[in-house]
Amino acid sequence: MNYVSITPQQRQTMLDAIGVDSIDALFDAIPASSRFAGELDLPPAASELELQRELAVLAGANRGGSTRACFMGAGVYDHFIPSFIDQIISRGEFLTAYTPYQAEASQGSLQAFFEFQTQIARLTGLDIANASMYEGATAVAEAALLALNSTGKRRVLVAGTLHPDTLRVLRTYMDDLPAKLIELPVSEDGVIAPAVIAEHADNDTACVIVQSPNVFGLIENWATCFETVKNAVTVGAKPLGVAVFNPIACALLKTPGACGADIAAGEGQPLGVPMQLGGPYLGLFSAKQEFLRKMPGRLVGETMDADGRRAFSLVLQTREQHIRGAKATSNICTNQGLLALRATMHMSAMGPAGIRAVAEQCWHKAHDLAKRIAALPGYSLRYGGEFFHEFVVTCPKPARQIIDAAKADGLLAGVDLSCDRMAHMGGENELLIAVTEMRTKAEMDALVASLKKHG
Amino acid sequence: MPTTMMKPAEPVHVEIPSDAETPRTRGERATEPLVFEKSSPGAHAVTLPALDVAETAIPADLTGEAPAWPELGMLQVIRHYTHLSQRNFCIDGEFYPLGSCTMKFNPRINEHAASLPGFTSLHPLQDDEDLQGALKLLYETRRFLEEIAGLDEASLQPAAGAHGEYTALKVIRAYFKDHGQPQRNKVLAPENAHGTNPASCTMCGANVIAVKAPGGYTDIDDLKRIIEEEGADTIMALMITNPNTAGLFDRKIDEISKIVHDAGALLYLDGANMNAILGRTRPGDFGADAMHYNTHKTFSTPHGCGGPGAGPIVVRDFLAPYLPVPQVVENNGVFALEFDHPKSIGKVRSFVGQFGVLVRCWTYLRACGPDGLREVAEQAVLSANYLAARLQDRYEMPFFHPESGRFCAHEFVTVPDRLLGKGVQLLDIAKRMIDYGVHPPTMHWPVRNCLMVEPTETESLETLDRFVAVMHRIADEIERDASSLTLAPQNATVKRLDIVAADRKPKTVFEG
Repeated sequence: MNYVSITPQQRQTMLDAIGVDSIDALFDAIPASSRFAGELDLPPAASELELQRELAVLAGANRGGSTRACFMGAGVYDHFIPSFIDQIISRGEFLTAYTPYQAEASQGSLQAFFEFQTQIARLTGLDIANASMYEGATAVAEAALLALNSTGKRRVLVAGTLHPDTLRVLRTYMDDLPAKLIELPVSEDGVIAPAVIAEHADNDTACVIVQSPNVFGLIENWATCFETVKNAVTVGAKPLGVAVFNPIACALLKTPGACGADIAAGEGQPLGVPMQLGGPYLGLFSAKQEFLRKMPGRLVGETMDADGRRAFSLVLQTREQHIRGAKATSNICTNQGLLALRATMHMSAMGPAGIRAVAEQCWHKAHDLAKRIAALPGYSLRYGGEFFHEFVVTCPKPARQIIDAAKADGLLAGVDLSCDRMAHMGGENELLIAVTEMRTKAEMDALVASLKKHG
Repeated sequence: MPTTMMKPAEPVHVEIPSDAETPRTRGERATEPLVFEKSSPGAHAVTLPALDVAETAIPADLTGEAPAWPELGMLQVIRHYTHLSQRNFCIDGEFYPLGSCTMKFNPRINEHAASLPGFTSLHPLQDDEDLQGALKLLYETRRFLEEIAGLDEASLQPAAGAHGEYTALKVIRAYFKDHGQPQRNKVLAPENAHGTNPASCTMCGANVIAVKAPGGYTDIDDLKRIIEEEGADTIMALMITNPNTAGLFDRKIDEISKIVHDAGALLYLDGANMNAILGRTRPGDFGADAMHYNTHKTFSTPHGCGGPGAGPIVVRDFLAPYLPVPQVVENNGVFALEFDHPKSIGKVRSFVGQFGVLVRCWTYLRACGPDGLREVAEQAVLSANYLAARLQDRYEMPFFHPESGRFCAHEFVTVPDRLLGKGVQLLDIAKRMIDYGVHPPTMHWPVRNCLMVEPTETESLETLDRFVAVMHRIADEIERDASSLTLAPQNATVKRLDIVAADRKPKTVFEG
């Protein structure tokens, strides 16, 4: 089923109108030596009914958060998503529209993106936001590029407490550019010490990137970090403070803007997007007004139509690749529009009180569970600092064994910090546990019992 | 959630303006207030269960204010987004012939597939043993994409086409560095390349040099000249789109490929136009060493008002060691994510990739099968040529000459000089199409004053014929009174926008 509705008879009518006798004539430009005469080695066409059956088998062969209570985090979190979002996002008018280049035919998505930008700017305490990046890690990399571009300097300082994949993406993006990525060592208490920033900052420093809550769930001191880097640089443009944020934490804790950040970049998945094995998600990107013309990605602005009515259109497209080519602020074209729509619907439905309640429940549940686990024989909290909804537990045996054993109890107990995927950010006994508003007391009881039994 | 005691408000007298609320098309309104303007303090759409554990004090020095978002009830939220949706053109509702964007039908089985809880609830750091169904699907997608490309190994990680370009260029650069040729840092691209090509080069520190492309085709003499002047051993790759951005398959692709390879450089295919050649030729057959797909173009994953897409890349075997990690592999029927690739460029995004998009891509490829995919290309090309043939008497086609056997591929370019000579702007024509329920084609690209039309294979003959009628009607209108089009669109949710004012002092957030 390839969704072609034209009949063989109609096909003949079309060939006649063109004045050719076969479709092959239309492919004549392909040199004989380059033609593919065989048949692609792909499975034969399947009907929709067969596909529904096959997909049910494939989906059923996984064991994720729909069958186990998920205490895994590390950048991706199991949050409540109001039912209406799946329904409304499925409307063809959102699902099957293109990028709103033709404003008069796209007022719906344009207005929604304008509202999204406003919500993200307000969430992060900054002036402006774009209409989405691919996901969190590339948003952070783009923030580094903006900092290099706007300061004209070459050194990017980054906290070693970022999520490992964000660090990996930053390394890829900085490699081959006239830039130097300096990864700041993590202090014994799991955060970045301002003294380390002062030690590594020099007059060629473009920015410092600090994530809070960091990879261990700990709250970093953004304000001091940003102040330190700015004070350490005395010549030329001041380096930028780049805050890597979690949108749920932002609804409770001090915002990047309140802490003096120039740019905030983060993973938007917690705003109404399912975990779905890592994507599609959306990158959030906000900044101070002065960076408007250097922003990567699409921006929607308010204008008027010929009757003087309020209307919306893409703005400052001269920053973008389709106008500026090699001199564009980024190569991004396709972004995560539908995910930005999900997020804006989520923010509108949750409202300030709802999102605050989510953040508070995350805090209370995580802290309650942390206390209970720390009281178990052989278990302790790895770090003493303040955390939000995720914390590291030192187990009496390898985290790998604890996680494996907990599966039988219907639990995804957490993330093994010593594994390759987490870049060995912890010892083999260190387990990273996240608790969101989704986890019930019964599930937390089950995790405590499982840890106790298998510890 | 706490309820706030509020002072009873005075009843408000509602004025209904004479025309502002009059439905225009499809229930649309003249303006829709912003969600912020519909806010009622204290209203809420969602409540959480009561907290079922003890509270832990939150230090005051850490906390801030809740975000200043609007407060609405659930019906108001749903109505707001329903109203907004009604202000969009979309494939489901209108013909959407945007050249180079492949706005084909988005099958709903794809959406069903991606929404299965067995997929949506997976955490990306789960163990492979818990993900066997998902990894099998990814592995099969990988193999399908390799087969269609006629190349050896795919990476599913890139998030979009431009991201795929960037990733492949990084891979090529890593290959040359590993082979003692770090000086190869220049990338050639035809002057009519997609803007993402040069932008991607810049992001990986490569210099881009434009090759002339008269009539849409890469100029062979200019290509040779540049290679000689710059020095063959400084060239990393030629990025080519084939069929090219003018909608033409390059008859000299074999020669181009030879010139590039003789220089020791590699040939990169921008796969934006894959819809024109599926199953008729494979990029590997015409010399490409690396390419990207746009699943949201060729493989029917929805465009979603601008995304998400996916930009998987496929490369020849000698480039495979440099692909991003993880790679999805199969061993004796067991699927795994492999990370231990020491020569890999690393990661270009977090985790595996755009999994939910790739589920849709797999579903589409399984639905089509090999014959179906070939027919997709054949019908896409036939439909484009049909439209071009029927419109050529009113709309000049600089690259379409069926009388001399020169056809278009899956899209065609018209530069309607005769109509423009009547004093109408290209923009006027485009905006008038909105009045007739057709989304305007791509404008001013790849050449100035052009419309680039890509009907796709999924449109019915009835729709194609209606489009011809609309274009003829617009031509009639121009010939009668060109100035009448300057008011278009008349039937849209808004009149023509003042784009210049929007850019002069951009207002990108609501300040109420």
